[in-house]
Amino acid sequence: MAETAALPPIFIEGVKKSFGQQVVLDGVTFRVAKGETLAVLGRSGSGKSVLLRLMIGLQKPDAGSVRIDGQEIATLDSDSLVAIRKKMGFLFQQSALYDSLTVGENVAFPLARHTQLSAADCTLKARDLLKSVGMENELDKLPSDISGGMQKRVGLARALALDPEILLCDEPTAGLDPITASEIGRLIVDMQKQRQVTTIVVTHDLRGAKLFANRLMLINDGKTVAEGDYASFENNPDPFVSRFFEEAK
Amino acid sequence: MVEWFGELGQFCMRVFQAAITPPYEFRELLRQCDSIGSKSLPLVALAGAAIGVVLSLQTRDSLVRFGAKSFLPAVVIFSIIKESGPIITGLVASGRVGAGIGAELGAMKVTEQIDAMEASAVDPHRYLAGTRVVACILMMPLLTVVADFSGIVMGWLFANLAEPISLRLFLETGLKGVRFSDYVPPVMKTMVFGLIIGLISSFEGMRTHGGTAGVGQSTTSAVVLSSLFVILADVVLVRAIQVIYG
Repeated sequence: MAETAALPPIFIEGVKKSFGQQVVLDGVTFRVAKGETLAVLGRSGSGKSVLLRLMIGLQKPDAGSVRIDGQEIATLDSDSLVAIRKKMGFLFQQSALYDSLTVGENVAFPLARHTQLSAADCTLKARDLLKSVGMENELDKLPSDISGGMQKRVGLARALALDPEILLCDEPTAGLDPITASEIGRLIVDMQKQRQVTTIVVTHDLRGAKLFANRLMLINDGKTVAEGDYASFENNPDPFVSRFFEEAK
Repeated sequence: MVEWFGELGQFCMRVFQAAITPPYEFRELLRQCDSIGSKSLPLVALAGAAIGVVLSLQTRDSLVRFGAKSFLPAVVIFSIIKESGPIITGLVASGRVGAGIGAELGAMKVTEQIDAMEASAVDPHRYLAGTRVVACILMMPLLTVVADFSGIVMGWLFANLAEPISLRLFLETGLKGVRFSDYVPPVMKTMVFGLIIGLISSFEGMRTHGGTAGVGQSTTSAVVLSSLFVILADVVLVRAIQVIYG
């Protein structure tokens, strides 16, 4: 119990995950302290998104420990998993908005199911959340009627609907123009400052990572090759780190 | 094959558990009843009408040959209410509803919408599969009644065109020997068809992988397997009804 109490909100140790013969994660270990933002960097297919999916219980690790709030995700029963997921928000790479629901209904969806709010209050709160991401005028539109950048904003509002303690963002700026990408990056910083949410952002965007992360972690071939603040990456002598850093800049 | 049945069994258990325990998704259930029921209505009515016409034309020809023309209303009505109406409704729903559910859930799966639902701590087996299965079970008997009605009316119309007979006389003659066991069990057996269509198409949709090609595959599987299992279930149910009701 004492050990559990001492653990940070996100505790990952020796995590391995393979798909068939392909090893995606090979003993990844890291921790994220309360209120901290970690940017996970790496090449495409290096297992960054899988790492997030393991954290929210969408997939199970082959080996190692994934603890969220001290609880081992892989061994939780469905009720406990639901309870822990309520504390987490997840922004998907393609936003994953429910295409049969309007923007407002998308954001109100978790509220209607996990809070005691009336339908009218859910709509009000959804409007407030959409306002905080600059989307309050798009409440009645369908996801297919708004741009990719707008979908990301709505996805962020939906991820924050239940006031999560932990926010996981999968490539929040991928596929967006530089201006929209930096707007999304600023939104994440603002949200982080306002709500003190423990955040992990998986990204290729080094400039964005510098803006919103306290700490960076670089993964290659399923292993962590570097971890530290932006300055420590700049001065890292590892050939892969320096190449990644140069190319990304 | 064994793996497929094993996964289907697990899926059925999860959906059944989700469907009978709170919280209930009444709003989504109503939306699905509308989508599965009222939007299938014209197609089912048309298919029922076509069966009524074909039965009337074909059986009249045979009955005239054997000098039993007066049995035409009874043969048409019995054929429709006991078998043609329920099975044609099952097959039409397998096509329209099965394809709709398979494609919709398949597209949701490949665009991570189902994962997003799970990440929001909402059980997709409850919200997506449970509501669709229950809506299929509830709507199938109603659709069957519509298919029966349109089949009988069109059967009468074509019988009337061949040789004038009033609707009242057609119905009185045809329904004279109809018992409870001739009408209610065949209509109710379509609830089993609904269960099969809802479960198989939801299952195929939710296990989609491989992008848009995967969506196409799961849609095809949903239709083919739903139709196949509806026909197989019909064999068993017809015999069961005969055994129970004599």
